[in-house]
Amino acid sequence: MRDLLRSGAEGGGFVPPSSGDFELPPIFGDNIYTTKPIALVFLSVILISAFFIISSRKAAVLPSKLQFAGESVYTFVRNDLAKDVIGHDFLRFVPYLFTLFTFILVNNLFGIIPLLQFPTMSRVSFPYILALTVYLVFHYVGIRKQGAIKYFKEIMFMPGVPKAAYILITPLEILTFFLVRPLTLSLRLFANMFAGHLLLLVFILGGEHLLQGVIGLKLISPFAFGIGIVLTFFEFMVQCLQAYIFTLLAALYIAGALADEH
Amino acid sequence: MQFVNLAAEEKINPLIPHTAELIVGAVAFTLLFLTLRKFVVPMFEKAYTDRTNAIQGGMERAEKAQLEAQRALTQYNDQLSKAREEAQTLREEARVQGAAIIEDLRTKAQEEAARITATAHASIEAERQQAIASLRNEVGTLAVELASKIVGEALDDQARQSRVVDRFLEDLEKSK
Repeated sequence: MRDLLRSGAEGGGFVPPSSGDFELPPIFGDNIYTTKPIALVFLSVILISAFFIISSRKAAVLPSKLQFAGESVYTFVRNDLAKDVIGHDFLRFVPYLFTLFTFILVNNLFGIIPLLQFPTMSRVSFPYILALTVYLVFHYVGIRKQGAIKYFKEIMFMPGVPKAAYILITPLEILTFFLVRPLTLSLRLFANMFAGHLLLLVFILGGEHLLQGVIGLKLISPFAFGIGIVLTFFEFMVQCLQAYIFTLLAALYIAGALADEH
Repeated sequence: MQFVNLAAEEKINPLIPHTAELIVGAVAFTLLFLTLRKFVVPMFEKAYTDRTNAIQGGMERAEKAQLEAQRALTQYNDQLSKAREEAQTLREEARVQGAAIIEDLRTKAQEEAARITATAHASIEAERQQAIASLRNEVGTLAVELASKIVGEALDDQARQSRVVDRFLEDLEKSK
């Protein structure tokens, strides 16, 4: 499809992959709800729901292999993320953090799953939405816990700081809480997935292009594919890591809002 | 956002979100969240609770069994030492009793022996006394008889005298 789209503009030379490669056309006609990323997001929802519903259905004391697999992921989010970071009263955030982690992880992994091969989170809209939920959740939790006035007052005028320092700290704190946090959260995830996918495209499409060249270029092409494969493993690591970091930061923000003094 | 000729639209800003994707992202995430919260989290939590209970119950049972065993062991040990003590006492008692019996028997035997000896002595003494008495009696009688005989026969001559004595002795011999 890509070649088809590009062929008009190319005229022979190799065009490096660009942000245009992430703008996929609708699968069915003009319906913008039928693009590949959207289909992948729905697929991820179905896959995650199905896997965890089936694996948790029996909730046996002695878990089967399937239940053990599902429970391992759940336990990881519950104990290593929610419990360790939020501490007391962590249980009510577990469903949210669990959803966050599995949703990001599976959509990231789509980037290296054969045939799917597109990390949904490289479409910036999805990280935006996820960061927005984190933003809403941690502010809501903070306001509920401390009351709106006290919560905002503590953000703007951090206790235990000399008064003169507020000139510097207050704008920074406001910026951090209301702008930097959600932006970095979403952009970190987006940029990692975007760059990773772009890198894979460069080496794999490059290798493909080299195959069409003269004999000397044909000999180089396996190296390009080799690097592509190595990078795929690297991407796997990055995809898992980014899902973890996003969830960890969400938990940290919630924990900060819950704490009496941040 | 419209998808037109992508090749022509090379200056796409990847940071601009698509409305459709925003909506889908929100809907999909909410859907997933509700599903996991309703069906998955409670089940895993239930498994946790059940497991914790099972482990705790098992541990409690094991602890109880151990306590029971401990108690039985002390009880057995107590009983054993008590039995040993009892045996010791019994042995001691038996030894003492045995010694007493032997002592008793010995005393009794000695007493018996002494008694028999004493009886024998007494009977010998009595017989001797009797013999003495009867002898004395007889000797007296004989002496008197002899004296009367001597007195009755006029003891004037030697011949007669010796005859009297001989007769007396003969009589004595006969009377025996």
